[in-house]
Amino acid sequence: MEYLKKYPKLFQWLFLLIVFFALCFAIDVPETYKFIRGQAEFVKDPNQSVYFFLGKEVRYYAFDVFWRLPPLLGWLPIWINDSLFFLMNEWMPMEFWNEDTQEFKTRPLLLEISRNLTSFMTFLIELIREILLGGLETIVAFTSWDFIDAYPWLELPGLPWTIVAAGAAILSYKLSGKGLALFAGLTMIYISIFGQWKPSMQTLSFILVAAPLSFIFGLGLGIAAYKSKRVEKALYPILLVMQTMPQYAVLVPALVLFGVGDHAAVIITMVVAVPPMILLTILGLRAIPPEVIEAGRMSGCTNWQLMFKVLIPTARRDILIGVNQVIMVCFSMAVISAFIGAKGLGFNLLLALNQLNIGLALEAGLCISLIAILLDKMSLAWANKQTDYFGNLTFFQRNKNVIFFAASFVIGIILAYVGTFIFKGSFNYLFEIPHNKGISTADFWNKGVDWIFDTFFVYIKAFNTWLIQDVLQPMRALYLRMPAVATLVLAVGAGYLIGGVRSALVVAALTLFIALSPWWDRALVTLYMATFGVVISCLIGFTVGTLCFQNKKSAAFMLGVCDIFQTFPSFVYLIPVMMLFGITDTSVLIAVIVYATIPATRYTIEGLRSVPVGLHEAATMSGVNKFQRLTKIEFPLAFPHMMLGINQTIVFALFMVIIGAFIGTEDLGQYILKALSDKNGAGIGLTLGICVAFIGLIFDNLIRTWVEKRKKHLGIA
Amino acid sequence: MSETVIKCESVYKIFGQNAKKMLEESNGNVDAKTFQERGCIVGVNNASFEVAKGEMLVVMGLSGSGKSTLLRCISRLTDATGGKIFIEGQDLLELNNKELIELRRSKMGMVFQSFALLPHKTVVENIAFPLQIKGTKTEDSINRAMEMVKLVGLDGRENYFPRELSGGQQQRVGIARSLAVEPDIWFLDEPFSALDPLIRKEMQDEFLRLQEKLQKTIMFITHDFDEALKLADRIAIMKDGIIEQLDTPANIVLNPATEYVRKFTEEVPREKVLIIEDVMDASSKDNLGDLKVSKDEIIENVAEKILTQEKLVGVVDSNNNIVGSIKPSKIIDTVFGGRKNGN
Repeated sequence: MEYLKKYPKLFQWLFLLIVFFALCFAIDVPETYKFIRGQAEFVKDPNQSVYFFLGKEVRYYAFDVFWRLPPLLGWLPIWINDSLFFLMNEWMPMEFWNEDTQEFKTRPLLLEISRNLTSFMTFLIELIREILLGGLETIVAFTSWDFIDAYPWLELPGLPWTIVAAGAAILSYKLSGKGLALFAGLTMIYISIFGQWKPSMQTLSFILVAAPLSFIFGLGLGIAAYKSKRVEKALYPILLVMQTMPQYAVLVPALVLFGVGDHAAVIITMVVAVPPMILLTILGLRAIPPEVIEAGRMSGCTNWQLMFKVLIPTARRDILIGVNQVIMVCFSMAVISAFIGAKGLGFNLLLALNQLNIGLALEAGLCISLIAILLDKMSLAWANKQTDYFGNLTFFQRNKNVIFFAASFVIGIILAYVGTFIFKGSFNYLFEIPHNKGISTADFWNKGVDWIFDTFFVYIKAFNTWLIQDVLQPMRALYLRMPAVATLVLAVGAGYLIGGVRSALVVAALTLFIALSPWWDRALVTLYMATFGVVISCLIGFTVGTLCFQNKKSAAFMLGVCDIFQTFPSFVYLIPVMMLFGITDTSVLIAVIVYATIPATRYTIEGLRSVPVGLHEAATMSGVNKFQRLTKIEFPLAFPHMMLGINQTIVFALFMVIIGAFIGTEDLGQYILKALSDKNGAGIGLTLGICVAFIGLIFDNLIRTWVEKRKKHLGIA
Repeated sequence: MSETVIKCESVYKIFGQNAKKMLEESNGNVDAKTFQERGCIVGVNNASFEVAKGEMLVVMGLSGSGKSTLLRCISRLTDATGGKIFIEGQDLLELNNKELIELRRSKMGMVFQSFALLPHKTVVENIAFPLQIKGTKTEDSINRAMEMVKLVGLDGRENYFPRELSGGQQQRVGIARSLAVEPDIWFLDEPFSALDPLIRKEMQDEFLRLQEKLQKTIMFITHDFDEALKLADRIAIMKDGIIEQLDTPANIVLNPATEYVRKFTEEVPREKVLIIEDVMDASSKDNLGDLKVSKDEIIENVAEKILTQEKLVGVVDSNNNIVGSIKPSKIIDTVFGGRKNGN
């Protein structure tokens, strides 16, 4: 009884677990239960039950309600689909003037808007693309095809790669200095001589449209939310869901609304990249000390000046993290949106992965990562740039960058011209090295992979078999063995114990949504993979983080490594694991673990760092040794922050699990991938995405509530 | 007195919903407790005073006394709930946004407790900021800012970022920034409170030196009574939003108006605050001894001389005319006696 009084929480948790396991054992698996259920596939089967909701027919396999809830939300994807179709094709028909045919035409409003947006985005992308690579769409956009036929010399020739490379290096030099300039130059040269120029520039033109647009929209909406509570309240739920929504899932609705191509990719990238930008903008603006705002006001700032000269620069740190996120998302979308027909490196990467040509995939992935790091560093340098007011510079010194660029422009053109003589009859390597005509190391890598396979096949195979048979399969079976009611009780109980009635209700609603959707089993599989990944990632992350924290230099080094790894698009992680483990669940899980270890490590180091120095000293003076200090002082205090790391780890893991569907898993991701090629897929894709987002949100809610309470308790809120 | 620059007429600042309505209902009789029961917090309660040109008014009060709120009402960083505020005859609360910005750009400068420097700008950029906001050309504003850098003694550090400076240096930047537009009115909100005692004293002296040179109209906020005594022409002591007493330092020390004010004055070394004029007897000018002292002399400086005298000591003004006399025993009374009987 004394224990009960001393640790009431412990006993509440124990009680919850007992109830959970009791339910698990009490409820038997129904005989008709099969893991693959046909509800989502609309197959007619005599064993199915049918219900109608709002005129939609929903078919499902009936089970004991304790075992699996019936898919009462099965109508939702169908309904979303039909509504989208209705909005696009029938809603609000209006007369629109058609330039080409010179007459009015009746079109639904949304279709017209979508078409206009599409052509605008296409124009932007093509403009940049044609400056870099040449083409005639931009000129055509201003004139007509007839015009270009009459004046064929107007076609944009595109820049020789030498000029772009020099331009990138000079810009980097202006922004940051020699180091970055060297990196930029080498990156560009690498891309060129490895024959990745064209796809790289296609990707770059896509990014150069998507990233600035996302930044502007995110900043604008963030400012609006900062200024008006109402806007913030309206945005908040969307932001929350979008934070945990897998990027895959939004592809399908975009496909329906905007069709296939780069423009759709840009729009979808904005949908994904804007929410974190908004959140970080709000966060940064909120954190500004009130006195700084007052200082701005007393300096006589107008509202506009106050916002752009005082508030935004002061909130720069968070806004920059936002920019970093935007760039990251853009690159990872550059790959994912290859599914809906975006051109560039992503497309090559997917193609190579599909053909299991690891070498090619590696080259494309390396290009994407290099460009990502370059752009990230350049944006950072741009924001930190300083003006020198006192240097008494000559005309040459002041304009040296422009002059250098002009010079390299001329030299580039001359080189390209000379190239036409040197490489007569073949490709002009000084203008552009065509795809697949550069140096390729693909063979080397492929041979390397083959060698690894030949040499270590036995071991890899043994490990693989062991992992799948002895760990993964039993774990999956256990997860699937959970009756829905038991899972619900566990989730709601945890919510209640952590955050009271409010949390319990939120968690109940989120869990019920998934349970009532037709994909509960799939969600369990997703959950099992994510859990496995998260547990291992956290173990590795905590260990590595703690070890690195012991030394300031290694801590800084590790954070730098995390930064770089975070810049890699998520798909890139699949390449090396596929090299080693081929197409198995093991590959997915290892990719998940690698990817999700990043936030775990980062938050561990940051959490340990945030422990006040005074406490360190107090502990040292109390005569603790290093280990005691770690366990008694640093871990308890850093733990709330580390929990936030676990939160991020879960989100990262979920993303990777979903992307892992590309390799072939049997979870929600597999269905999202399927939805991509289904003409009725929009509703399914979106609902599945929401399901994944809700899994993330359940943990997000529980962890955040716990962290806030804990921080208050420790007095470090 | 010369012309009035700042004039407040029963200024109220009450936070909370329906504050305005409640103030109207109360007919100027604001009781903090009843307001608090109804969810409103009284920041400033019926403040009326004037500040003359070139005068330094120090507002002294402990935290939560409403001194910063009062300052923010007068700089209109918050809008007063009731009352009138005039800046050089202009009704501040009637100004529209554009006029207000114009007023701040030309007439007002403000220094903040936490310095409130812009972290992304260097020292010289911070100082030039108000000028650039006004639309001054970059070159002119930088030149002017460099003058200010010299004025506050930060030469050589103009390209530093605020984070690279010590607290005292950061506040020098804050001061320079507030002076860059050559304002007539200077607001200082606890400018030295975040500094170490030694640096604080140095900054106070520096501040007095600057003020001697610039002769601005100043409202200075502090929670430090000694600082108030050292700097002020007049002191306003605030408690719970009410100005308890507004007078010269000497009068406050000699005649505290309320019990609350007396508590502050008790610990004050009077010989360091009072001057001879404050304690002399202006009626008796006869039977004087040989020693003459100036009426503006601080007591501490002449006490030893006076105490060695047996006769009355004559007090002279700057033209060496006798304006009064002082008994040696009066000095002892002032320094030691006053405290016991409350005078």
